[in-house]
Amino acid sequence: MKDTSQLRGVSILNALKGAEIEYVISVPDLTTSEGVLRPLAKDPHLKLIRVCREEEAIGICAGLLAGGKRAVILIQYTGFMASMNAIRAIAMEYRQPICMLVGLLFADAPEDPRQSVNYGVNRMIPLIEALGMPYRLARNDDEAAAIAPALNQAFERSEPLTILITRYPSA
Amino acid sequence: MKRDTCFRLLADLMPHDIVVSTYSSAFEWLAIRPHPLNYVAVGAMGLASSHALGLALAMPHRRIVVLDGDGSLLMNLGALVTIAAAAPKNLIHFVSRNGSYEANGGHPIPAQGVLDFVGLARSAGYRHAESFTALPAFAAGIESLLSAPGPTFVELHIEAGDTSPAPDYEHIHGERARREFAQALKK
Repeated sequence: MKDTSQLRGVSILNALKGAEIEYVISVPDLTTSEGVLRPLAKDPHLKLIRVCREEEAIGICAGLLAGGKRAVILIQYTGFMASMNAIRAIAMEYRQPICMLVGLLFADAPEDPRQSVNYGVNRMIPLIEALGMPYRLARNDDEAAAIAPALNQAFERSEPLTILITRYPSA
Repeated sequence: MKRDTCFRLLADLMPHDIVVSTYSSAFEWLAIRPHPLNYVAVGAMGLASSHALGLALAMPHRRIVVLDGDGSLLMNLGALVTIAAAAPKNLIHFVSRNGSYEANGGHPIPAQGVLDFVGLARSAGYRHAESFTALPAFAAGIESLLSAPGPTFVELHIEAGDTSPAPDYEHIHGERARREFAQALKK
């Protein structure tokens, strides 16, 4: 029987490559640190831009997109919350395809983050829905594989996308 | 110095460069050099230099110019470190220093008169960092800075209360400016 709780970092990285992502802009996130960010930093097919604060990443991503490059942002949910004004303006009002992989720290409710005992985590889906932003969950390898077509659709439609990574991807 | 005088000088030297500008600097620059390659959709105060970094990395063979403000830079000071680390040779970062949050009512920035922006940029790792307080020196030095490999930081000490054109937020946040920029890039 298939393990629906397995989420491997390589599945996420393969999805990024499948969507022809060239740049990943990141502030380290404990959720994705070992499974995604560390192998990504060594991957010759993805260019990593390390930034000081998540809001910067929104601006850099918009500039890359305007220059014809595909990019995604890899951050922790706390950084998503810290970047709310830039998300409001650039992703939502400008309708730029700002695509974010957001790690849900603690991962205590991987099947439904709304059930997390952590206030910040359990507010993420209601917050994204209030913004009117498309989102998906990456709970396992099948959902990680589905990131590639979702990213392609976001770029084709010029609309933002948030992918919530609900458990610690394995390295 | 007057900001508009500095900008007129810049406009003569770079009639067709991609210029990312923000708020008060943007309104003045747009009046001096209306051009489809003006990138004004920075979305949130402070992010002009971050957009510029993305453009500079995406298009390494084109010069990308940022017209930032001191209040804006303070809202995203970490960008100095990020830009220096990415080290785009094609990025030149101007900061108009008038000591105030001009777009928000002209209130003073923190540490006005004490803050050393050039020192911050230099210690972050910008390849060049210069400050100008007088127009003759700026006019004499700017051409070599524009042609030097970046990232380059240029602080312009300008008089507070310069008269800007009326702010046109609809334009800088509007879809038309973004569309025209995208079309101009394709040419």
